[in-house]
Amino acid sequence: MKPDLFPILNNIAPPQECCSKPSGAKQLLDRPMDRRTAAGVMAGALVAGMGLLSTSCSITASASEKEQAHLDWEAIFQGNYRLMTEDEKKNTVERLQRSHELHTGKTVRVSAAEPKEKVLYGYAFNVSKCRGYMDCVRACTKENNQDRASDMKYIRIHEHAKGEMNFEHAQDDFFHEVPAAGHFYMGTQCFHCQNPPCVPVCPVGATWMEPDGIVVVDYDWCIGCRYCMAACPYDARRFNWAEPQVPEQEVNPNQHYLGNRPRKKGVVEKCTFCIQRSRDGRNPACVEACPTGARVFGNLLDPDSEIRWILANKKVFRLKEDLGTEPKFWYYMD
Amino acid sequence: MATVLKQFIRDAFEETTTGNRCYHIWMGVLTALMCLGAYSYSVQLRAGLAVTGMHDHVSWGLYISNFTFLVGVAAAAVVLVLPAYVLDDVDFGRAVLMGEAVAVSAVIMAISFVVVDVGGPARLWHAIPGIGLLNWPQSMLAWDIIVLNGYLVMNFCIPLYILLAHYQGRQPDKRRYVPFVMLSIFWAVSLHLVTAFLYAGLASRPYWNNALMGPRFLATAFAAGPALMILILEVIRRKTDFDVGDATIHKLSLVVTVAAQISLIMLISELFKEFYFPTHHSLSAQYLYFGLDGKASLKPFIWLSVGMVLTATLVLTLHPLRKRVGWRNTACVLLFLGILLEKGLGTIIPGFIPEPWGRIDEYVPTWIELTVSLGIWALGAFVFTVLAKAAIPIELGRKRFIA
Repeated sequence: MKPDLFPILNNIAPPQECCSKPSGAKQLLDRPMDRRTAAGVMAGALVAGMGLLSTSCSITASASEKEQAHLDWEAIFQGNYRLMTEDEKKNTVERLQRSHELHTGKTVRVSAAEPKEKVLYGYAFNVSKCRGYMDCVRACTKENNQDRASDMKYIRIHEHAKGEMNFEHAQDDFFHEVPAAGHFYMGTQCFHCQNPPCVPVCPVGATWMEPDGIVVVDYDWCIGCRYCMAACPYDARRFNWAEPQVPEQEVNPNQHYLGNRPRKKGVVEKCTFCIQRSRDGRNPACVEACPTGARVFGNLLDPDSEIRWILANKKVFRLKEDLGTEPKFWYYMD
Repeated sequence: MATVLKQFIRDAFEETTTGNRCYHIWMGVLTALMCLGAYSYSVQLRAGLAVTGMHDHVSWGLYISNFTFLVGVAAAAVVLVLPAYVLDDVDFGRAVLMGEAVAVSAVIMAISFVVVDVGGPARLWHAIPGIGLLNWPQSMLAWDIIVLNGYLVMNFCIPLYILLAHYQGRQPDKRRYVPFVMLSIFWAVSLHLVTAFLYAGLASRPYWNNALMGPRFLATAFAAGPALMILILEVIRRKTDFDVGDATIHKLSLVVTVAAQISLIMLISELFKEFYFPTHHSLSAQYLYFGLDGKASLKPFIWLSVGMVLTATLVLTLHPLRKRVGWRNTACVLLFLGILLEKGLGTIIPGFIPEPWGRIDEYVPTWIELTVSLGIWALGAFVFTVLAKAAIPIELGRKRFIA
């Protein structure tokens, strides 16, 4: 990266110390066995587990029921993903896959793909091109297995009247033919801030920024206090107020642990730049679905990427820059 | 020591399970309310927080509002502790155990309100250092977990030590407990500031992101907490032989008066800042006091609160009125309820309205939230009654350890 050529990129702080190291138990606690032992002690105290235990010891329960009970029991003591060793991560995703299979009879692929070296993801949104079709919103919901009952959306499309860009006067729940005359459109979602205000507030370290710049949540570690939702200045985070509902035939089986795997009630989730796709070298679903080409996704550290071309050649801006959050999400116009 | 403790617990149990009809009705009503709350909470556990009025845009509601208010009540116990233990003020000395019992009950309520608010209470062990991961010092919520639990332990142990000494008919050793008293005074103020910083630290919510958040928190708490203390002490002196005396009540009411006056000054400076030249950052205050886009669900409550606090402060400021029991008690009730409304509805909820992109999605608590909250308040009253009932005969010298 040439700092003098790209002042915006230059402003971005380098990834935090904790994130530049490989993920694993070394990062924060170097005694995973201690945690395990302690968790084992807690096991005895948990009355809730007795039901599971009785199922696994029962002579009437079928083998798969016993296995399920055993997997559920293990899930209770699952550690923080960021602190897991490679082996622990592998075991965890295998357990999740097996558990899904036992529950539904269908196989899913839960990936634990690590971030690639020298990759920092960024996003650009062409305000001139967006016409408010909302294909991105629909593709996002389908791709990421979001709750259909509450119609959860990571992306909001704001319809502005021409002549001002005050979001308070914009509409994000319009029901008419688009593009409406005299209006333009802007999408907001998680901006994957390089200085994310939602991350330090988490009391249990259940959310963090990955070395490739994606802000993720460990859904199994989140306690559901919603402090991160209060801390986000962009309304990027969503909470599962009830058990999320996704019809079995609509479940996207191509999943990532930190991405679109099924969530449970009482946890926070958010856009992950479709981590299950982006770490696979593909574009996020919203980028792929956009019929007008308003959405551009790419590697900010690759000087030949389209996003770098846009940053270098377009007049770009970001939202609420005054807060110092350093979003990796730029807007531009033709 | 073991036999002392054994007899102490047996005596305390006996004392708290016996009483006149009035006492049994009171405890029965509280138990019924707690059961109602527990039932509502079981509904919420099964269905998820969807049964509350909260949503993605107002993601904290009645529970966190109550939590915020009760932290204030808990910290206000320091008003009694400081003069009693450190300055050896005999007037406050008699009331101080009651103050600490209020603090313990308020902290238990505050912690309960957090527990019912989280989406995964079964995963709360994730916050226990060692087996989980407490994100300290980054997260203000991690600080709050520490100060709340620390305050609970201190306010339980210090009076227990003093009571046990009195129970054995000797004076407690000052060298043993005064250092902890000093720590608890410091702790009470930090309990407050940490809770205020929880909100004030969020740049995303301009309504909270102001430097007055902490000080105004302290001022309102030092008005509401001691006002509640006065009311409780009045009830206790009427229902039991434990009389703290007029001097204590007068001193306490002076504290309440000054705190209420200071909090009004802070309210005025906040209103001036929000409304002299309203900006984009004043939208929450506009919504709260006047409504936005025809939506104004909080407006009647905040004006009611302002009216109550103003009236109460006026009554307390006038010496002849403050010295009359009827006026004083009415003022204390008004002040307590006024601040409860202000902290409960006027501090947390408007911070979320409008949401970051300007939508105005209002919040109305559901019956589940109301009954769970009522249950927790009943729990607090129950805990306080038990603590006070067990402590009073020891303080009066009626219950003593018999070797």
